[in-house]
Amino acid sequence: MSKTLHDFTTEIPQWKPYVAPLNLAEASSEQLDALKVTPSNTKVSDYVLVLAHDVETLKHRSPLFNGVMYNRGGLSRADRELGAVGASMVNRCIYCAAVHASRYNQLTKDTEVIAAVFADGVDAEIEPRLKAILNFAVKLSKCPSEATADDMAALVGAGLSKEEIVDLILSTSLFGWANRLMHTLGEPVGE
Amino acid sequence: MAENEDVLAAIVGIEPGSSLSQAVAGRADIMMLTQQTHDGALTPDVPGGLSHAERAALALRIAKINDHKAFEDHFETMLEKAGMPDSAVRMADMWFDGGSDLRARALIRHVDLVAHAPKDATRRDIELLQEAGIADADIVRLSELVAFVSYQIRVAVGLQLMRGLA
Repeated sequence: MSKTLHDFTTEIPQWKPYVAPLNLAEASSEQLDALKVTPSNTKVSDYVLVLAHDVETLKHRSPLFNGVMYNRGGLSRADRELGAVGASMVNRCIYCAAVHASRYNQLTKDTEVIAAVFADGVDAEIEPRLKAILNFAVKLSKCPSEATADDMAALVGAGLSKEEIVDLILSTSLFGWANRLMHTLGEPVGE
Repeated sequence: MAENEDVLAAIVGIEPGSSLSQAVAGRADIMMLTQQTHDGALTPDVPGGLSHAERAALALRIAKINDHKAFEDHFETMLEKAGMPDSAVRMADMWFDGGSDLRARALIRHVDLVAHAPKDATRRDIELLQEAGIADADIVRLSELVAFVSYQIRVAVGLQLMRGLA
């Protein structure tokens, strides 16, 4: 039997929307374009079909999301995922946290960092560089932000370049956006 | 919106040739997409059930909730450009909860919740919007507005902290 999940996990749940997803048969050409629907690719997630109701943001959001998480250079992909996890924990987006924690584990071939972070948050006993990244991500995700000049200095002290810090700001902030959609417009369900 | 406007660069104060300008240069595509999403969320061609003035007013609320003065000024200017209709202007007042206007009441309640404490949002919060007569497509438009502005303010806060680095 499926039930709503409330605890952090690295098992990716299903996402069930609270609002009706766009009916593809009724989609405008602009919506189909933003969804990148082609005759050979008609499988679109409910999440993206929900967001397609607001095509004027979705059409920019998809390339922006991919750029922030996967573009070349700068911060490593794993470190960007940790920023996403920090934001998702503050906003208790169980779905986003699961997806990005599991990606972190895949990229680093390690499960101990995420296990410690899920158990103890910013008090997790992890290496100083990761601690500085997580701490900054958590504080920037509060409302209002609680990130300080000292938290920024700690990133520099941990060896991050300015380009890497820009990528951490972007990936963390991006999940201030994604969490506010994923966690408020639907819910994660699992066994 | 002016085609070449970059709200983030103006608010953060990214001076051409500065070390911050160099640090973000490799992410110029992200900055451009951020501006395009800003325009899509605040001044869409097809606004649906949320007028440009209401969007500016609700964004101004979000800036206040985030205690970010420069973004408050920015959205206030957008509200002025949208003609300052009274029904929208009062939605930016933190002391106004919508009063007897059920639609305004539902919009304000949801914006405040999702901007400040998205972790507390549940299915019931979406049902309250639906019960106030707000269509699902407009619920998504409203959610993108709160979510995007929350993102943009955090990028600005982070980059402003970087200005303090040597």
